Parts: sequence; C-alpha cells; structure tokens
Amino acid sequence: MIKAILIFNNHGKPRLSKFYEHYSEDTEQQIIRETFHLVSKRDENVCNFLEGGMLIGGSENKLIYRHYATLYFVFCVDSSESELGILDLIQVFVETLDKCFENVCELDLIFHVDKVHNILAEMVMGGMVLETNMNEIITQVDAQNKMEKSEVRL
Amino acid sequence: MALKIVKGSIDRMFDKNLQDLVRGIRNHKEDEAKYISTCIDEIKQELKQDNIAVKANAVCKLTYLQMLGYDVSWAAFNIVEVMSSSKFTYKRIGYLAASQCFHESTDVIMLTTNQIRKDLSSPNQYDTGVALTGLSCFVTPDLARDLANDIMTLMSHTKPYIRKKAVLIMYKVFLKYPESLRPAFPRLKEKLEDPDPGVQSAAVNVICELARRNPKNYLSLAPLFFKLMTSSTNNWVLIKIIKLFGALTPLEPRLGKKLIEPLTNLIHSTSAMSLLYECVNTVIAVLISLSSGMPNHSASIQLCVQKLRILIEDSDQNLKYLGLLAMSKILKTHPKSVQSHKDLILQCLDDKDESIRLRALDLLYGMVSKKNLMEIVKKLMLHVDKAEGTTYRDELLTKIIDICSQSNYQYITNFEWYISILVELTRLEGTRHGHLIASQMLDVAIRVKAIRAFAVAQMATLLDNAHLLTGNTQRNGICEVLYAAAWICGEFSEHLEEPMVTLEAMLRPKVATLPGHIQAVYVQNAAKLFATVLRGHEGVPADSMVAQETSQLLIDRLPLFVQSSNLEVQERASCILQLVKYIQKLQQKDVEVAEEVTALFAGELNPVAPKAQKKVPVPEGLDLDVWINEPPSGSESEDEGRKSKGKAVFAKEESRHTKPRYTEVDEKELAKRREVRKAEQANNPFYIKASPSSQKVYQDGVGVEHIPVVQIDLSVPLKVPGMPMSDQYVKLEEERRERNKADKKKKKDKKKREKGEKGRRRRGDSGPESEEDITPAHMVDIVTEEMPENALPSDDDDKDPNDPHKALNIDLDNLLAASRRPLADSEKKLPVRSHRPDEVLKSPMEDRQVVEVVPEPKKKTGKEKKEKKDRKKSKEKKKKHKQEEEEDLMGAGSEEPVQPEETKEVAAPPPASTPEAAAAPASTPRTASGMAAVAPDSEPEEAKDTEPEETKSSTHKKKKQKKEKKKKKHHHNHSDGAGDESVQNGTVEEEEPLPPMSNYALLAENSYIKMVCDIQGNLQDGSQVVVSVIFENKCDSFIKSMEFNVLDSLNSKLQRPDGAGPHDGLIVPFQLPPGISNEARFIFSVQNIVMPQKLKGTLTFIVKTDDSSTHEKLDFKLHFTCTSYLITTPCYSDAYSKLLESGDLKGCSLKLEGVNQPFHHLLARICFHHHFSVVERIDSCASMYSRSIQGHHMCLLVKTADQTVSIDAKCDEPGLLGNVLDEIKLTFSQC
Repeated sequence: MIKAILIFNNHGKPRLSKFYEHYSEDTEQQIIRETFHLVSKRDENVCNFLEGGMLIGGSENKLIYRHYATLYFVFCVDSSESELGILDLIQVFVETLDKCFENVCELDLIFHVDKVHNILAEMVMGGMVLETNMNEIITQVDAQNKMEKSEVRL
Repeated sequence: MALKIVKGSIDRMFDKNLQDLVRGIRNHKEDEAKYISTCIDEIKQELKQDNIAVKANAVCKLTYLQMLGYDVSWAAFNIVEVMSSSKFTYKRIGYLAASQCFHESTDVIMLTTNQIRKDLSSPNQYDTGVALTGLSCFVTPDLARDLANDIMTLMSHTKPYIRKKAVLIMYKVFLKYPESLRPAFPRLKEKLEDPDPGVQSAAVNVICELARRNPKNYLSLAPLFFKLMTSSTNNWVLIKIIKLFGALTPLEPRLGKKLIEPLTNLIHSTSAMSLLYECVNTVIAVLISLSSGMPNHSASIQLCVQKLRILIEDSDQNLKYLGLLAMSKILKTHPKSVQSHKDLILQCLDDKDESIRLRALDLLYGMVSKKNLMEIVKKLMLHVDKAEGTTYRDELLTKIIDICSQSNYQYITNFEWYISILVELTRLEGTRHGHLIASQMLDVAIRVKAIRAFAVAQMATLLDNAHLLTGNTQRNGICEVLYAAAWICGEFSEHLEEPMVTLEAMLRPKVATLPGHIQAVYVQNAAKLFATVLRGHEGVPADSMVAQETSQLLIDRLPLFVQSSNLEVQERASCILQLVKYIQKLQQKDVEVAEEVTALFAGELNPVAPKAQKKVPVPEGLDLDVWINEPPSGSESEDEGRKSKGKAVFAKEESRHTKPRYTEVDEKELAKRREVRKAEQANNPFYIKASPSSQKVYQDGVGVEHIPVVQIDLSVPLKVPGMPMSDQYVKLEEERRERNKADKKKKKDKKKREKGEKGRRRRGDSGPESEEDITPAHMVDIVTEEMPENALPSDDDDKDPNDPHKALNIDLDNLLAASRRPLADSEKKLPVRSHRPDEVLKSPMEDRQVVEVVPEPKKKTGKEKKEKKDRKKSKEKKKKHKQEEEEDLMGAGSEEPVQPEETKEVAAPPPASTPEAAAAPASTPRTASGMAAVAPDSEPEEAKDTEPEETKSSTHKKKKQKKEKKKKKHHHNHSDGAGDESVQNGTVEEEEPLPPMSNYALLAENSYIKMVCDIQGNLQDGSQVVVSVIFENKCDSFIKSMEFNVLDSLNSKLQRPDGAGPHDGLIVPFQLPPGISNEARFIFSVQNIVMPQKLKGTLTFIVKTDDSSTHEKLDFKLHFTCTSYLITTPCYSDAYSKLLESGDLKGCSLKLEGVNQPFHHLLARICFHHHFSVVERIDSCASMYSRSIQGHHMCLLVKTADQTVSIDAKCDEPGLLGNVLDEIKLTFSQC
C-alpha cells in the first residue's frame, strides 16, 4: 500500500499532498516538514530509499523519493510495495505530467494542483496502484478534460 | 467611497480562481497568514451564493488551502453540495475536496450515500470513476455496508476502466466492512482472469494485500497464481505475485519447492532489476521455509548471494541498498553464506550514504562470532571517532552495544575488553545514550562476577575523572554513566584498592551539579564506601585515625547534599549524615562500629529479569476476579478490595525478594525461621512459588555461594595501567588464542595417538577456524536473571488488537468449495441491514451451508458483539491485572504494616455515600499510585493535596454558603490568596453576596458521563497549562478504564509519561461508581499563548453493569482561551505605575454597554473568570493586573458610568491582549 504521496520543492513548500490515511491538517504539515527535513539533507548520489519517517505508520514504512530539478516526489509505502517498482512509478508519474503539461515545470504544479490530482487519481487509487501504462493514463485524463470542455461550451 | 471598495472587492471575489489565489499568496510572502484569512472570508461569502459554479470555485480553492495546512472541515457541507452537482467538472472538484478532507468522523458523510450510489450507476463512466476514486479515500463502515452491493455489480461492468476501479476499491470496502469479503470473493477471484490486464492487475493487487495479512486463507489460490506467474508478462503483476508467494511459502513448503525452478529461470532471464530483486527475495523466503527440511538447495543460496553481491557492488546506490537489505534476510538462516562476504559489508560501512551504512550495520549484528567480535567492534570504534553527525554516531554506539550484548553476551570472550570498550564510549561527546552505556556497565558488573574487581577499578577511575565527562554538563546524557559508576563502586566496594580516594571523589562539591537521581546514588554509595573504609581500618590502632578522618570527611561534605533541592538527595543525605555523626561519637569512645555499619549494606543483589514481575503466573485455582470476602454493599470499593488483596500477596513476596540483610540473627535462628516460613508458604494458597534460583538461595544458605564462581584465567593481566585501551585486548586476545590453539593441538596430537581414528574425525568437526575452538578468557558463567517459576514463555500481548486485518481473517476455502456449485440466492447478495426482519431461517437442515456462509446479518452482528464483548472482557482482565501489579509495586516499596490498615479503612463502605465521603476514597488510589496523568504538585510541601477534595465538595455541596464557596474557588484558582486579598482588603466590600461563579465549563456530556473542566496556567512552569477535569458518572453503572486522549496540535501537547507515544491516551487513574464524580488533572505544554485554540479529544471508557460491559466514547473539544494562560498575580500600585510608565506596553480598549450590575460584581467577575487582581479601586474606577504564564504583563483600567463599562488595557503582547479583551466581552455578554 502507498500511504502518502508528497511533492514539495527544494525549500519544503508543498506542491501536492495526498494522504491515503486520515491525519489532521496539523499532523499532515508536520509530516511534510519532517519528510522534507529527512529528504533534503541527503546528497544527490545516494540511494532513493529512506527509513525512519516516524510519523506515518512507523518502522514498517519506507520513503521512496526522486529529486527532479526543483521538486521532490516522495512516496511513503509499506513493505508490500516493491521499492524499485515504486521508483519506476514515480518516473511514470513525472513523464505523464510532462506529457500533460508539455514540459512540466514547478510552476505548472503550483498553479494546477487540481490537474495534478486528477492525473494522480488515474494512477493510484486509495493507496493502490491502479494503472502503470502511461498511454492509458493519458487517454483517460484527456477524455475527462474533453468532457469538462464540452460542459463549458454548454 | 466605502461602498465602491466593497463593490470592487465583490467583483474581484467572483473572479478569483485557484490560480489567482496561488498568485495572491505568492505576492503576499510577508503577510501570508493574513492574506489567506481574508481569502477564507471571501470563500465563505462565495459559499453562501446559490451559483454552483461559484461554490465549486470556492471549494477548489479550499482544497488548495487544505494542502497548506488550513482546516477546512467547516465547509464539509458545501463540498457535499458541489459533489452532487450534475456537471462532471464540479462533481470532480467536489469529490477531490472530499477525498482530501473527509474522514470517518466527518458527520456529513452520511448524507452522501445516495448521491454516491447515483453516481456509481451513472451512464457516464467518468462520473462513476470519479465517485469510486473519491470513495476510496473516505469510505466509512456505513458507506461500505450500504454501497458494497453497488460496487460488486460494478466489478462486472462492461468498461474495463470501471471494472479495475471497482475491483481495487473492494479492498477498502473489505477493511471497513469485513462481512462483504465472503460474498464478494468469488467474483474477485474471477477477475484474476479478466481479459483486461489492468483489471487483472487490480485483482492481483487486492488479493495480495489480503493475503499478506492472512496468508493461510489464500493458499488454495496458489495454483492459479502459479499459472499467472508463468504466463503473465506484466512486470507489475509478476512482482506482486512473486511477493505474494513470498508470504505463502512459509505456510506450505511444497509450494516453495515448486517455485524454485521458475524463479531461478526468471532470475536468469529477466532484465528488469525490480523483478530480479523480488525473485531473489522470494527465493530467500522459500529457502528460509525449507531450511529445516531440504538440504540440497545450496546452489540456490549461492545464486542468491551471488546476485546480491552483484547488486551490492553495483554503482547504483539503490541496488546496493536493496542488496544489503536482502542479505540481512539470508543472514537469519544462512549466516555462513553471508559471512563470506564480510569484506564487502565492512566496505559498505564506509559508504557516504547513511541508509547504506545503517543497512550494513544491521548485517554486522548477525555476522559477529566469538572470533571476529573484537575485530569488528574495533572497526566500529574507528567509525565512531570519524563519524560526523550525532545521529549516526549514536546509531553506531547502540549497534556496538547491541552486537556485544546479543544473546546474553554470547560472543564476548573477554569481559575486561568489553568494559574498556564501554569506558571508551563514555568519551563520546554529546551522545544521548549515556543511560544505555550505564545499564550495560551495571548489567555486566552484576552478572559477570569475575569482572567485578576490574570493573570497580575502572569505575573508580571514571569517578575520579568525572569532570571530564561532565565538562559540558547537562547537554550530554553521558553523565548517566556516573550513576552506574557510583553504584558499582559502592556495591562492590570490597574490590576497591583505595576506597578512601573514591569516597573523596564522590563527595566533591562539583557532584552537586549532577542531575538529582545521580547525586542520590552518589550519596547512598558514599555510605557504602564509608562502611568499607571503616572495616578496613578498624582494629589497628594506627588506622583508627583514618577511620575517624573518614567520618569527618563525610560530616564535612554531606551538608552540601542535605541542602539539595532534590528531595531524594536531601533525604538520603540527611539520614546518612546523622548516622555518621552518631558513628563518630562512638568512634571517639573507641567503640568498634565497623561490623554494624557494614551490616547496613550486607547481602547480595541478584539480577531480576525485567519481565519477571509480569511473568508471575496466576496460581491454579486463583481467580483474580473473584471476591475474597463478600463485597461490602458500596460498589465503589471494588477496586480497593482487590488492591488490598494484591498487597497482601506482594507484601509476602517482598520479604522473599529482598535479600536477607539482617545479620544479627544467627544461622540457627535463620534456619528455624526459614522452616517456619516454608511451611507457611506451602500452606498458603496465595503464595506465589519462588523461582528455582531464589529457592536455591535458601537451600544453599544465605551466602553468595550459589553464584557460580568464575575461574580467572591469569594469563590475562588483570590490571592495565591507566585507562585501558581496548586495542590492547585485541592483541592480548590474539596471543592467547594462538597459545590456546597450540595447547589444543598438543592435546589433540596426544589424543590422536591414543585414539587414532576417532581423533581425526573430531578434528574434522572442529577445524582450526571453528567457533568452539575459541575458549573464553574467563570461564564466564553469566548469572542469569531471575524469573518466576512457571513463567509463561510467550508474550501474547505483542499483537495489536486493533489491527483491522484481523476481521478479514476469514476462511475462504469453504467458500471456494461452495463456489463450484451454483450460488444460492442469498449468497449472491451482500448482507445488508434491512428494516424488516429477514425472512426467517428456512429450514436449518436443508440450507445449512448457506446459513453458514452468509449468516443473517442481525444474528451475525449479535454474535460479533458478543465476541467483541468477550474479547473486551479478557482485555479488561489483563488491564486490571496490570494495574494491580503496578499498584503492588508501589505497595511493595512502602512500609508493610501500614498498608493493609489503610486499605481496610478505605475499603470500609461509607454507609450513606454522601458525595463527599464517596469522593474521598475514590480519590485515594490516585494519590497512592502517583500516576503520570495526575499532575502531582511538584512541591510537596504545599498543602495542595487536599485541594481536589475541597473543590469537589464545593461543587457538590451546592447549598454551602456562597461566600465561602467563592473563597474556596479563588483558592483553587492558584491565586495564592493574594489575588482575592487585594479584592477584599482593597476596596471591594461584600456589599451584596455575589452570585455563584464557577470556572468549570462543560466539556462534553452524554448519557453516561459528564465532563466539566477548568484550565489554569501552571505557576511553576511557564510553558504548561493544567487542565482539571471533573468526571461525573451519570448512569447507574460502574464506569472504568477511562482513557483520556487529545489530538496534539503543533502548539499544544498533552504531556504523556515517558515512553508513551504521541497518540497514546492517558489512563484516568480512578473508576467511577454510579453518581460519583472525581477530578483528574492533565498537563499540557503550550508554546504560543497569543492565540486561543481548540484541541479535539476523546474519552474512552467502559461502562460495566452487573452482567455486561460496553465500550463507549465521548468526543470533546478543549478550548484553551487566552484567559487560561493568565495567572492571578498581585501587584502593588507603585510597581504598577512604574510598569505603565515604562512605555513597553501597547494599549487597546473595549466598551461594554448595558451592563447593569454593581461595580464590585463586575470586578469580581473579571478577577474570577479572567484571573486578574485589583491593584487599586477608587469609586467607579479600578486598575487591575494579571500576568501570563510566559510573563506578559497585562494592565486594565476599568471605569463604569451609566451601565457602560469602558476598559482600557495595556499589555506587551497586543495579540494576547486583544484576545483576552474579546473573552472579557464574551463573559459579560453571557450574563
């Protein structure tokens, strides 16, 4: 299970937070801060796995993250997920964002967090991986956007 | 003009979408919070509009603000409105917002059921999809139950897009509504072979999650998965399946055997590292499960280790990490195969990546042997020196200690080496683990008898150089080591070379800067050393001077400790000081006292296992829940009765546990007593039989002979000059081993000559490299810790009773068998709660299977409840048990004869049970068992102990004189009397009796219990607030096991006892008989006191009636007003005017109109409710003062004229002031 998906920038500003278990807003912020603290102090060329995020679930969970330019993509997962698999998933996520936003950058995420949520919803549902095929994800996202547009015209 | 501005802002308001909001926030970097609060106000306006587009826009913005940490739960209803829009665009916004901020306790969720059902059956697949996605985040048990059927239908939807979502969400439904698993499972299984790979993958995903928690129920699916594994090409599916097999193999070795071949094929063929890694992992799991049965899998092990080595050597740090992770799994069963890669792992210790270093450390733990322990630890010590950053260094330190102490010091051959390692570790600066080192020192010194002389010498040096350790005190926890050092030197002082020197070191003035508990140990052990010195020097005339000097030294130095602010230190010091003074008198009369003084500390302490107390089995025939005597009529004494019983048991036990320290009694007398006691114990059914080891103590005589004496190998020099270097030991050890080997060889040769064939075989067994070859330097026989006889070996209490997956442990095999025949009608549908009673059980004989599979919902819930109750009961039992033990521990420490009397007295029922009388005994256990939940007043001298009772009586005895009551209340307000003195003595006469006032506000209430609370700043600690809660039992049943929990905010935290997690509740230390109330106090630490705030909390409790008990809970919201941070502090008028003149304070004012109450009432109200004191009052004008817990001054000037009250206020914290004024306003608007 994926427990949480966080995106924040190099300064720890949250760009997207998706928790698949309920926490209060304060705790969520605390988790984001703690995660940022753990992740940001790591060098570029060290491994992408981290144990010891105490807030979500405790020792059974791992943080798996990737750092792209100004953004950190962090997945908090339990032992039933494959570490390398999740790394691939993050890659798929970012590539999908890249396709949908056409050369995605931090600003896209800042101003269109709702769209990012919609894309994520086609990949992960309730903490479980729903779809890993990028083309399939994009098809579904596009179809929904088209529907939205047609509603505006109405 | 103003209108224009308003209009303009309204126009903007409509336009501002999410992007504008984000932009606005980015443009208001310096006053972001303020900007957002205006935005929230705008959003509130927008939500009031009828236009759904505006609402949706507002909700969209709220979702963003939620991410920034703002609580948007207040808009839950609006979110529901947006969710139910017919337009997909808005619907999606609504569902997204709901998924981000709805949770089980969001009450509007129950309004959504029909809307979601409608969306699920919408002709538009994306409506359905969005509903499913949202639901997956906020599904509640009710929603799961109500919608399970709809979702099950969707699992066979024509569109794969819906199918896969429906399949995935079933997992969440199962978790919330376990009854749905049985009926849904056949269809779920069907989906494993769905033509669409996405649906298939979702089904695999769900079953893997289910199987991970309860693997045995899914064994029968193995063939199907096996087929999938060999046919599927989707790596995601393969990884999941392979992981699932990893969980299944431990249960079915045959499966493992079958798996090895395809898995090894995959390992060889796949190019995907993730797949390869999972295959290796599962092969390891298989091999672990087979390790007992099949010997011929060394090839597979080799393959795995080989592949892992490749991973570890890879330049990709991720692979390196995973390789090490998998290695640690192999290590458990095949340590030899891993040990051959020691070089590689040691190399990883030098890696720049901390995650990798930590993994490598983990591996080391399993790789040590007697042979390489010293070498490995030496290497780690080097790392300790090099390590930057305390976290990693602390990790190293704990690992070193873990590695050395593992399996009862199995690998340590030379304890002198270990002690010197520990001593070396004390030189670490800034480590948090002083207590860990200390406990190791104590453990080794107590349990390894042979090492004591050496340990004592080392500890004496440590004590002598204590200034090095405490150089930069407090900051580091390393001074904990001195605790151990002092105790060891004192307890085993007979081994000290120069007790005088150590004694002197322990009494240096610098010691007074150490933490209290360490000083206490210093003082106590100084006395032990004193005894040793006396013994050493008495009798010889020349030395009697020395003895007298020692007494003088103690008399000179101890007064320093008598003055200590720490009670423990003070008490011990003054006791010992008087003793020494008395001894000195005797010495001056040339009386020999050494023997008597030594007798004070005679006897040996045996190590007791930490779990020993818990493991004492309940003797057969003893039912802890049964009354010993018939209960007295009043039911509230129930726990008292049990308590006194418990004490009786343990009082006896205590006499057994404390080692016999009396020496005046001669041996014969002792033997006689022992006989008597034994006979008594044998006849006493309540006596808990002693552990074998301690029984032995009695049989073998009182001495210490029962501890196996260790022969010391004198080939190792016992004394190393100066501070020892552990390295020296490594060298010495090597030499010794060489020598031993040579010796052995000689012996063997001899044997070989004698026995020929046999000898050769034996050499084959224990080759030159084998473990057994290394004989320990000391024939160490580690004294094992005492455990009670028949101690239960296993710990059942490790399991988490709240695990939601427990409910999903459903045997599906029956069902699978059943699924081959056509499903009965009732099976196809999920059990749904219906208003009509279900059609009566047809004929139980005819349709038994069906009934069994899908029980009638009502019946089932009934059954479940009963089960739950049973479980709860047993839990309660456990809890009771624990509580008792805790209490007993307390009791054991105190004087024996007093206790039973006291409890008897308390247990005696108050006949008419006036509230007062009843409250008194109920509160006694609280004071007795100083629980952490209750804030024991830090200064025991203060006569506050009686206060709770007082307040209680005042709250209950409502007919008491009001004036008196007020006084009491004031007293309770920590006003120190001074606060209301200024009111009374100053200017306010009691012209009219004041209406009754109480600061206890209702916190929450239901039909069982009522909670009222009062919040006060803590005088002693500027960051603490004390919340006094009165719990009142409103029902006719007994309320117990109350647990008080609060969801901490960043600013305010409930102080929990050490070791408790941040989400643990505090146990309310009393129970409530019907109609009784009692008060408990909870301490919160607060950081920022400028803003009022609310904390959500829950009280859980058990309502126990004669025949049943139910678990109930009560939610509440603690409101910390700014007033509660104020403390009534008296202030003299001159100081007051100086304060106002200083100009540090900022002003603010408030007008209250229509207040028609006498001025003195008004002042009294402000004093009472807002913790102010009157400084001066002149006619209708008064100045008042208060102080916050953080020292903010707050001054009020109150004037009144014609029903109008104006308050001019000044404070150095304007925010705080504003909030307090608002609260004052509120107080007067309410009356």
